[in-house]
Amino acid sequence: MLDFIQMVVSGIAVGSSYALMGLAMVIIYKTSEVLNFAQGEMALISTFFTYLLLETHGVPFYLAFPGTLAFAAFLGAFLEFAVLRRAKEPTVLGMIIITLGLEMILMGLVSWKFGADPKTLPFPISAYSSVRIGNVFVSSLEVLTLVVALTVMIILFLFLRFSKLGVAMKATQQNNTVARLMGIRTKRILMFTWAISSVVGCLAGLLIAPTIMQPYMMWDPMLKGFASAVMGGMTSLPGAVFGAYILGIVENLFGGYVSIEFKSVVAFVIIVLVLCVKPSGLFARHYVKKV
Amino acid sequence: MDMKRHYYEDVQLFSSSVVVFWFALLILFLALFPFLFKNYYVYLANFMAINVIVAVGLNLLVGYTGQVSLGHAGFFAIGAYGTITLMSQLQLPFLLALPAAALVAALFGFLLGLPALRLEGPYLAIATLGFGLTITKVIGRIELFGGRQGLHAPELVIGPWHLNTDRDFYYLAVTLTVLLTLAARNLIKTKVGRAFIAIRDADIAAESMGVHLTYYKTLAFAVSAFYTGLAGGLFAFVLRFIEPEVFTLMMSIMFLAMVVVGGLGSLFGSIVGACLLSWLDLQLRNILDIPYLGDWLDTLSKTWFSITGVSNIQFIVFGLIMILIMLFEPLGLFGFWIRTKKYWKTWPF
Repeated sequence: MLDFIQMVVSGIAVGSSYALMGLAMVIIYKTSEVLNFAQGEMALISTFFTYLLLETHGVPFYLAFPGTLAFAAFLGAFLEFAVLRRAKEPTVLGMIIITLGLEMILMGLVSWKFGADPKTLPFPISAYSSVRIGNVFVSSLEVLTLVVALTVMIILFLFLRFSKLGVAMKATQQNNTVARLMGIRTKRILMFTWAISSVVGCLAGLLIAPTIMQPYMMWDPMLKGFASAVMGGMTSLPGAVFGAYILGIVENLFGGYVSIEFKSVVAFVIIVLVLCVKPSGLFARHYVKKV
Repeated sequence: MDMKRHYYEDVQLFSSSVVVFWFALLILFLALFPFLFKNYYVYLANFMAINVIVAVGLNLLVGYTGQVSLGHAGFFAIGAYGTITLMSQLQLPFLLALPAAALVAALFGFLLGLPALRLEGPYLAIATLGFGLTITKVIGRIELFGGRQGLHAPELVIGPWHLNTDRDFYYLAVTLTVLLTLAARNLIKTKVGRAFIAIRDADIAAESMGVHLTYYKTLAFAVSAFYTGLAGGLFAFVLRFIEPEVFTLMMSIMFLAMVVVGGLGSLFGSIVGACLLSWLDLQLRNILDIPYLGDWLDTLSKTWFSITGVSNIQFIVFGLIMILIMLFEPLGLFGFWIRTKKYWKTWPF
């Protein structure tokens, strides 16, 4: 029983980082219907930017951290402005190809600069000290991840619900043309969307970096985040979070009881099974195309 | 410019005798190729031929039927492992093992096509992507397939011939490539191909016109998987040693990139795209040996980047090509060719 609780708790902790990546992808998909495969690598480049600030330039952490977030926001906005906005008559597949291309460029840049060998990020909270709650051990980094994920979710919810910009984002998503007629600069809104999404992804990257830091580190969280977003329906923020926690927990339980070898692929099997039953995910209304 | 006068012209394999002439010339060139070029280029040609088969197969699915797939490395792996296992365990001859393995891949394609019936866009992308990742993981676990250590390809014998060198293998690969490409062209020109295109353009309209969606969508997946499996079987003999780490997600992305760079919905484009990207892939692996550019990149890496990561420039190049093609010529190299042709047709005016 104790094993079970321990596994569920670490599942929740892993799920939190998936949730952040999933949220980042959903924010972009919701507003612009672009499937952003570059999400992981945008976070990667921001994380390595922190590494550069901390390690090479000796910037103190309390300055490097906001610096990174600003960099991430700038990067997201820049990519939208320079690449995505330039696409002519975009199709779903075309957008997938563009973001895959971005992903390859960003990853190429990072591994060109830093090589493939693992680095250690001087992070103030260690991944190896742990907190004991009852009889269950949780590492302090996992606690931090959980807290950050929950905070981001609440902030995003409040932002989309009550701020002017958030409402404008919603309007852009629902009907681009009408939103423009109402005086919303939809292109600028998209740029903000990318900036916000990039910041959320960057947080996930920073929280993953203390345990593993090398150019391939964001592949797995990005795909799992994507999987959980799809499971939640790709357009629903709470759905993505819920999907992420389900995946994190199931993955850990599967690793504990059935086979540790297949732990990393069980998420995709679940996804295919869920999609067979509910083709638009668990939380989205099934979209029926009109002819 | 291409006026059709008879219904038959719509379905015939070669649209005019000029095309037949150029095709014959191409076949002649391909037949003489190993005598004209060095060994390295023959190896490159084998590599290209295999990628052309995959690109043509994937284009049938992505370009003609409109279903995105990020999991073709999975079918590729099934073909490669299937061929080698059938040959070494069941002692089947190569010419039997290759299609058998490709049929197994086609079966998996059919199975993947079933959930794909209800999915589109991101949902289909994640389902196929998950399939590709799962297949390689499962194969890497099974002892029969050599587990993590991988498998060595047995000697390739067809009838009285022992195909030991790249030159011998060249004729096998290129013959299959030409035949499969012609078969694909034939498929597109018939009822099946028209059904595929109808599904891509408007699936509900196609269904109401009497196109059986379940049948044709799964068929598209199966045919595409068959092509990819066959190419995988050939690939096993080019590498001569396969392990699960070869068939990564990056490989699926490269296949998709070949199709898109060449041009969706165009076999000619797929061939050109596959050739271009496989050439770049082999060429960029030792990027520092390229004259002039190599030296410049060397100093650039030493000042700003690191010399250990210099091979990663190939990802940057591929990414740039994908993005630039999508931004400036969404129809790919085929679109570029069409535009050039149109421009020169009426040139001085």
